[in-house]
Amino acid sequence: MQTFFIIAILVLGFLITFQIAKASEYVAVIRGEEKSRKQTNKINAFLLLLFLIVGLIGVWYCNDRLAGKILKIGEASSDHGILVDRMLKYTLIATGVVFVITQGLLFWYSFKYQESDKRKAYYFPHDNKLELIWTVVPAIVLTVLVGFGIVYWYRITGPAPKEAMIVEITGSQFKWEYRYPGADKELGKKYYKKINPEEQNPLGQIWEDEFNHDDVYTSGQDEPLHLVVNRPVKLIINAKDVIHDVGLAHFRLKMDAVPGTPTTMWFTPTKTTEQMKKETGNPDFVYEISCDQMCGAGHTSMRGTIVVETQEAYDQWFASKKSQYAMMLEAKNPPAADSAGAKPAAPAADTVKGLAQLK
Amino acid sequence: MSDALHIQPEVGTSHGAHHDEHHVHHHKETFITKYIFSQDHKTIGKQFLITGIIWAIIGGLFSVLFRLQLGFPDQTFPILETFFGKWAEGGRIKPEFYYALVTMHGTVLVFFVLTAGLSGTFANLLIPLQVGARDMASPLMNMLSYWFFFMASVVMIASMFIQTGPAAGGWTVYPPLSALGEASIGSKAGMDMWIIAMALFVVSQLLAGLNYVSTILNMRTKGMSMTRLPLTVWALFFTAVLGILSFPVLLSGLILLLFDRNLGTSFYLSDIYIGGQALPNEGGSAILFQHLFWFLGHPEVYIILLPAMGMVSEVLSVNSRKPIFGYMAMLGSMFAICILAFLVWAHHMFVTGLNPFLGSVFVLLTLLIAVPSAIKVFNWLTTLWRGNIRFTPAALFGIGFVSLFISGGLTGIFLGNSTIDIHLHDTMFVVAHFHIVMGVASFFGMFAGVYHWFPKMYGRYMNNTLGYIHFWVTMIGAYLIFWPIHYQGLAGMPRRYLDKSVWVNFSQFHELDKMITVVSIIVFAVQLMFVFNFFYSIFKGRKVTTQNPWGATTLEWTTPINPGHGNWTGEIPEVHRWAYDYGKDGREFIPQTEPVGANESKH
Repeated sequence: MQTFFIIAILVLGFLITFQIAKASEYVAVIRGEEKSRKQTNKINAFLLLLFLIVGLIGVWYCNDRLAGKILKIGEASSDHGILVDRMLKYTLIATGVVFVITQGLLFWYSFKYQESDKRKAYYFPHDNKLELIWTVVPAIVLTVLVGFGIVYWYRITGPAPKEAMIVEITGSQFKWEYRYPGADKELGKKYYKKINPEEQNPLGQIWEDEFNHDDVYTSGQDEPLHLVVNRPVKLIINAKDVIHDVGLAHFRLKMDAVPGTPTTMWFTPTKTTEQMKKETGNPDFVYEISCDQMCGAGHTSMRGTIVVETQEAYDQWFASKKSQYAMMLEAKNPPAADSAGAKPAAPAADTVKGLAQLK
Repeated sequence: MSDALHIQPEVGTSHGAHHDEHHVHHHKETFITKYIFSQDHKTIGKQFLITGIIWAIIGGLFSVLFRLQLGFPDQTFPILETFFGKWAEGGRIKPEFYYALVTMHGTVLVFFVLTAGLSGTFANLLIPLQVGARDMASPLMNMLSYWFFFMASVVMIASMFIQTGPAAGGWTVYPPLSALGEASIGSKAGMDMWIIAMALFVVSQLLAGLNYVSTILNMRTKGMSMTRLPLTVWALFFTAVLGILSFPVLLSGLILLLFDRNLGTSFYLSDIYIGGQALPNEGGSAILFQHLFWFLGHPEVYIILLPAMGMVSEVLSVNSRKPIFGYMAMLGSMFAICILAFLVWAHHMFVTGLNPFLGSVFVLLTLLIAVPSAIKVFNWLTTLWRGNIRFTPAALFGIGFVSLFISGGLTGIFLGNSTIDIHLHDTMFVVAHFHIVMGVASFFGMFAGVYHWFPKMYGRYMNNTLGYIHFWVTMIGAYLIFWPIHYQGLAGMPRRYLDKSVWVNFSQFHELDKMITVVSIIVFAVQLMFVFNFFYSIFKGRKVTTQNPWGATTLEWTTPINPGHGNWTGEIPEVHRWAYDYGKDGREFIPQTEPVGANESKH
């Protein structure tokens, strides 16, 4: 019913507008087309000026209403995010100035040089000096912006520090999964044909690779990703099925997860989750991982969370975790068999092939 | 002042021109040869325009539907179920339906409306008229280009009615999502049809583009040197060159995708575990497709934008009664844009794991584009400066175009800088940016063109009052819709999210989304009013009574009011000067056909 009313109102409004428009055309013919054209011209010139003024007020009002809802520029939660924010600020200032000047001139000229019988248009086909100025000035401003941009870009994408902790994050429709290396600080090899969630191998780890034996697996659906504050972390990013993207808005970072082509991203979180709860005044605050690359029907719900905590809290949490390898063995030899048989089963033929392919 | 024109008797009606014996290729015309399988460039232009309008209504309607979901995620609209059945069960848009809508909205508007509908219309209409040719170099190829476009349209429309629905992987159709039926329902048969439709579309673009280029290079009338061409023709020339060089790359990318989908190849697929199964494909690269796609995808942006720039230059110059400022600089900057358009594609891929060094090269090249863009903006401003501006609806849309181009161009400086792009990539900020600079701005250029050249197309005017309402509502609406969306992007909100309720950090824009949806419905309604105005005026509009209603210098206004096939009844006029002698030596305007006087000042 509501829809029907809306459509009826639209149709009616349209009919009225159309009748007025038609009538005004006749009136114009009767009153003299030239005269009414000039009048319309004045009205439009005035409206353009009004648009400029109201528009600029609107820009201010919009900012006033929404600035509190965006991520505060300059308060990113990672070291790299601070660089991004700084670049954003410089660009905002530069483009803001240009925006006000050019929009101002556009509408002001339109108003000021509206048609008038008293004035004749000024024949001004070109002026080399002027053109040179507005080639060179933007070029200089842009060079500065590019300069900063590239320096920051190299800093952000440069190699991760040696002491960085490594975490692997894997996207699939529509969830995130994490893998932490154990005491050996290295992730074991994996091969996608080994993936077998029923046999406790959701990521396709190759059990023959000893680096895998202490790797801890958690699913994003059960648990957040754990990171340590002020400790660099290098994410190794994978996807199982289609392209996803690890979007970390509060850290101002993002990297695609591409099936078949692992990517990496490193940064140092600088604020714990608890700290952010206080800063944002939101007791429910969590760092969220959003999938930023369209990945299918559940794209919207592909959400992960991150806890940034102190080293102690992290160690405590990590100590409570069992390696996936142990879980696999438990599943294979139910507890009765005891943990004495914690030896890997003989490699199947295709595992060897898989290993060979990895080399 | 227009005494140098050919004054032909009895050219007021279209029939008068038709039986003129000047055109050797002229046969007896039937309804079919005149309106359907016509080889007259003007009719083909109109065919492109009207098909484009129909597509624009479809594409626009899709955006209204998904805006309903974004603005009112908790509400149900039973009417949707009436029309769309299982796709909107209980009056709620399903995610699969939402993504199909988004994908089709993008595909339709980018390719079918703003490529075919925009450059297809105006290249066809204006190139022969403004260079002084009786028709295109190959009228037959020209006709085929429309009919390939038509076939592409039929296939694309048909894909919307199959059981699994149309393509739904976004208009960029990145594999593996678009390659695997298991990954998304839209990647089943709908995706194959999408590829076929696009292949036909590419054929249409190539036929058209080659024709445009050869017409401009070979069929200019006597005296029409390249630097005397109006900027519209130059813009359409560069557009055609971009299309010819980049569309084949898209086609190759799509053919590989078709192979991956149907023949078991692994160009884009590797290490995939989906639906509880590991696929055999190994060694492909999903990123390869993105390179191929954006090698067209970025020039495509300029394929859409350049014709609008050209028409706006023309319309602003005519209506400010002043020459376009810096003709050669305008030309040079279009040339620079055209070259750079091919060298920036990877700025769409900064976060795909691209080599950082390569990324930095693309940052530099991308931000370089801002220089020619800035030159163009300043030149338009100077064109208005000390003019004597008539605000026809076309001129208003021209001014609106410049305003939007500034706004959207400046946000491009954010996104082109890879450091900021890491943060803003694939967020709503991108949506706001390209809708303003490529979507709405190009539409404004198109509207300017339609209002300005409507008298040439149909020998009648469009209703001005409706034109002014159309302009003001669209202008205000465009800013109300897209300006605040930048803020959603700055909050980190990803694009293509249909429901933000589960997200702690993105769910704070509820009221805003509602406002945007309401405005977009109003703006859409006003576009329908424009369409009505367009069709009504074809039959009932005020008749054009003078040959040159805008007092313009270019050649199309030396043809009869309703030109027949062949355009000029007598000989094609000779050209003696550039296209922008407005306000020179105290004269209102001097047509291109007038010989240079002995005492005329030089510029």
